[in-house]
Amino acid sequence: MSKTVMEHAEASEVFNRDEPYVNWHDETLWFVRQKRDKSSRQLPEWEQLREAASGIKHYVLSHLDELLISFEQKAKENGVQVHWAANAAEHNEIVLGLLKKHRIDKMVKSKSMLTEECHMNEFLHKNGIEVIDTDLGERIVQLRNEPPSHIVLPAIHLKKKDIGDLFHEHLGTEAGATDPQYLTEAARQHLRDKFLTRRAALTGVNFAVAETGGFVVSTNEGNADMGAHLADIHIACMGFEKIIPKQEHLGVFLRLLARSATGQPITTYSSHFKKPREGQEMHIIIVDNGRSTQLGRKDFRNSLKCIRCGACMNTCPVYRRSGGHSYHNAVAGPIGSILAPNLDMTKNADLPFASTLCGSCSNVCPVKIDIHDQLYKWRQVLAKEGHVHKSKEIGIRAMSAVLAQPRFYQWSGRLGRTVMRAMPFVVNNALNPWYKQRDMPEPPKESFRDWYVRNRKN
Amino acid sequence: MSSRDRILAQIRQNKPEAVPLPAVTTFKSDFADTEEKFRETLAAIYTEVIAVKNLEELTQKAEELYKGVVNRATTIPALSAWADFSLNVSDPHELETVEIAIVQAEFGVAENGAVWISDRYLPHRVLPFITQNLAIVIPRNALVDNMHEAYARLQDTLGWGCFIAGPSKTADIEQSLVIGAHGARSMVIFLLEDD
Repeated sequence: MSKTVMEHAEASEVFNRDEPYVNWHDETLWFVRQKRDKSSRQLPEWEQLREAASGIKHYVLSHLDELLISFEQKAKENGVQVHWAANAAEHNEIVLGLLKKHRIDKMVKSKSMLTEECHMNEFLHKNGIEVIDTDLGERIVQLRNEPPSHIVLPAIHLKKKDIGDLFHEHLGTEAGATDPQYLTEAARQHLRDKFLTRRAALTGVNFAVAETGGFVVSTNEGNADMGAHLADIHIACMGFEKIIPKQEHLGVFLRLLARSATGQPITTYSSHFKKPREGQEMHIIIVDNGRSTQLGRKDFRNSLKCIRCGACMNTCPVYRRSGGHSYHNAVAGPIGSILAPNLDMTKNADLPFASTLCGSCSNVCPVKIDIHDQLYKWRQVLAKEGHVHKSKEIGIRAMSAVLAQPRFYQWSGRLGRTVMRAMPFVVNNALNPWYKQRDMPEPPKESFRDWYVRNRKN
Repeated sequence: MSSRDRILAQIRQNKPEAVPLPAVTTFKSDFADTEEKFRETLAAIYTEVIAVKNLEELTQKAEELYKGVVNRATTIPALSAWADFSLNVSDPHELETVEIAIVQAEFGVAENGAVWISDRYLPHRVLPFITQNLAIVIPRNALVDNMHEAYARLQDTLGWGCFIAGPSKTADIEQSLVIGAHGARSMVIFLLEDD
């Protein structure tokens, strides 16, 4: 497969050209991370909740087939039509088929990262179907012809002015207007018209319950409900890992989800769909698209526990300073960097390297996914399978040669310190990737080892 | 083989060894005063909680609060003289002009301020979303501490139900909180003392 996108490092270099902007991006996400901290600390049982959530999800992974069959059966009994899609193409065809059957060429959609993963909008557009994203952030990036840059906060990378200009062009707001209240009102009116005139609505699925055949969709704006309750046909798309065993388990997940995502105690709307309303058709598409392969990768299967809260992105020092688009994947950030190589190792080999392995992602993960460990493990798999850049490979080889021989290591350390002191320009230049966005340190006179040996003698 | 069978076969082949469900998946929250906690949580999400003794007082408060508002809808029979908008529509799109909807719901959750509303009391699912302003009436004694207790109450969720916590909101423009994205622009909760 050929490379069509910029690698993470290149793309983040572009992102980093505007330093005040990067600082703002960093601080904005950190602010959300702090809200998560505050909110989680209000629950004394927070750690037990995480443990329970992780345990339930582990049960799910080990009983997936049975749970999905039970879910399908219950959903059918409830009058919901269930479809299965092995991959993105099949998923997109099913959606198109349903719309064609009803002669519908315009649809409203609430946030669904799965349809982003499947590039559904693009596919439907090519087939003459107009899809309007109704989450405000997603509508904004849709009008800009961009994918979302964050799974929870799709337009987190944009400034008020960007949105003001965009709405002036597309929605006829006043030129130069940047007031969020005013801009949101314009979007409300624009989208209300869509809700009232579209006969089909597509939503994602946050949780699907095997016991009842129902599913939960969470939003703050109410867009999923506005769409689904007005449309003749409601299509819900879910990755198969969204299944949980029992309705009572929603208690655990709904307490964790919004607190981890934005610091709210719960999203404004947590809608529980079970049966279509009278006269309405309800469809569920259960999608694999590489998930069953990931399930078979022992080291990486825990990534399927993810509930898409985005906490790992908000805390990640690399994500905050490189932006969601640098990850060239529907799900960005630490969790996306584990999921992406499963879909395509060649195309996404760079992503597990876009991490400091500091472990902050694993610490905030509400379902206790060992994110940084998996990133580290992916690096090894990718190197072994020959997906790592030659330059990186040479560097790693040289490093392992140095580290394997203590005397050589001591000698090169001494050499390095001398060279850096005598000729600092050798390292302080653009050719050295470590010099980017930071100054190289002043080399110490002696190594820790020298100091230790000298002081131990006394 | 169908995609369904292929997916299930691959899952069977690849799934990890069976583990049991965790023993503990529900937790207790002991708030000193559940109603006080409920009020506090809702205040933080821009929702006023008003206690009313009976349906008479409810009507009186509604009149005060929504003076001059036309296109009123309700699911509460006692308010039928005040809310003149008929919910007897066949197409939910016709609810588009509702300015205030006062609807009955089942119970509230103190920890997060969410109120459970469902098909049981709603003739049209879209009503709490399409109305410009929303007021929800719940029995004063129908408050639970947290979501675990909430689901213990929800043995049957009927066809559809929703936890609603405050008015519709968004922070998609530079993280500035704006109330009134697509759904209700304001929310009030009435705690009704009499059954």
